Amino acid sequence: MPHTQKEYDDIPGTFVFDQERSRRGYGINMFCMSLMKAENRKAFKENEAEYLKKFPLTPEQTEAILKRDYNKMLELGGNIYFTAKLGATDGHSFQHLAAVMTGSTQEDYAKMMLGGGRPIEGNRSKSGKHERKSKPAAKAKGRKKVGSKRG
Amino acid sequence: MAKIIAGVTSSHVPAIGAAIDNHKTEEPYWKRVFSGFEKSKEWFAKTKPDVVIGVYNDHASAFSVEVVPTFALGCAAEFPPADEGWGPRPVPPVKGAPDLAAHIAQSVILDEFDLTIINKMEVDHGLTVPMNLVMGDPNGGWPCPVIPLAVNVVLFPPPTAHRCFMLGRAIKKAVESYPEDLRVVIFGTGGMSHQISGPRAGLINSKFDKAFLDDLVKNPKKLTKIKHVDLMREAGAEGIELVMWLVMRGALDDKVDEVYRFYTVPASNTAVGHVILENRSRKSAKKSAKKSAKKATKKAGKKRK
Repeated sequence: MPHTQKEYDDIPGTFVFDQERSRRGYGINMFCMSLMKAENRKAFKENEAEYLKKFPLTPEQTEAILKRDYNKMLELGGNIYFTAKLGATDGHSFQHLAAVMTGSTQEDYAKMMLGGGRPIEGNRSKSGKHERKSKPAAKAKGRKKVGSKRG
Repeated sequence: MAKIIAGVTSSHVPAIGAAIDNHKTEEPYWKRVFSGFEKSKEWFAKTKPDVVIGVYNDHASAFSVEVVPTFALGCAAEFPPADEGWGPRPVPPVKGAPDLAAHIAQSVILDEFDLTIINKMEVDHGLTVPMNLVMGDPNGGWPCPVIPLAVNVVLFPPPTAHRCFMLGRAIKKAVESYPEDLRVVIFGTGGMSHQISGPRAGLINSKFDKAFLDDLVKNPKKLTKIKHVDLMREAGAEGIELVMWLVMRGALDDKVDEVYRFYTVPASNTAVGHVILENRSRKSAKKSAKKSAKKATKKAGKKRK
């Protein structure tokens, strides 16, 4: 399926859940929905790989789920409100997932939030064309800027 | 005739619900958040609306990826709290207002807003957390019926800011043509800036939020021009929820009185924004009309001199 370049692809560290992703990630999200039932959570925990066979998943998607690679799940069409149900099934708080996705420890992530969150300066665009000129870019550099390798 | 008298915005962070349900509201972290809603509860108890219209979004509770309605109006008599993966929130079912909801549905659809009608739906924290915050402890039942209006902000693209505002306008018209004397308050929920997905998670943009609040009160038309990509860039991927606030604002008069504002960072991963806007009562509208008439006479007088 050809990927059409979207204006929002320039937002760093972000996987916008559009219909293209939704179609691709249908299996991931339907698997996550199934975890809303206690009996399914139990069956999944008993044999994860076996349970996942019930859903239309690519090997890459299956691997991302088994490895709890949350960014990969988003990239492959998962949506955060759905994948959060997998986190809950594992007994993790949402902040734990956020820390994992940002490559941070939960403690550091919580500290960042208490300090006012991740700053917008330096985090507007990969291309840099949306950064405000009046703000010194150097100041924002190294300050919780997200890597643009993946997003 | 029915009338929309006020609008309220509030974030709907799930962790706020968890803090309430697990009796953590007195802990310093949460007290900072909850203390900002003390005045709102007093306001709500004093205002005593007959019905609330709750504009909110579902978070993969009632709607999965199978069916994604852009605007879905809850026309049922009752909406039970959804099990979001750890059991339903311990709050009473939300009572609907099916007659008014049916009237709104008919009116806005004929006004060219193609709503989805929902006759059976469970509601998640998106709706019940703001109700907790503004209405207070619901043990013994929520104080008034609520018509849920679910807006898709999960699957991109959500409806535009302008479309949301115009739906608010259509809802205002619908309510004002309902024959029963009802005082209606409309909630716009979600926001403010936050991103909870991907490597940029944790993004907060307080400067943007504060400007958004100012414009919401005084210059909402400016907000209707915001493009989704700019909203996501400035307020975070999930900050796009802010379009729902414009449904609320569209349902109010052009000129409103801001009676309360509260803003704090963070609640879990999110900036919390909350305002209460009142349509000017006929009394104060008359007063200001008199005032401007006086001013005009004064001016005219000056000119004559």
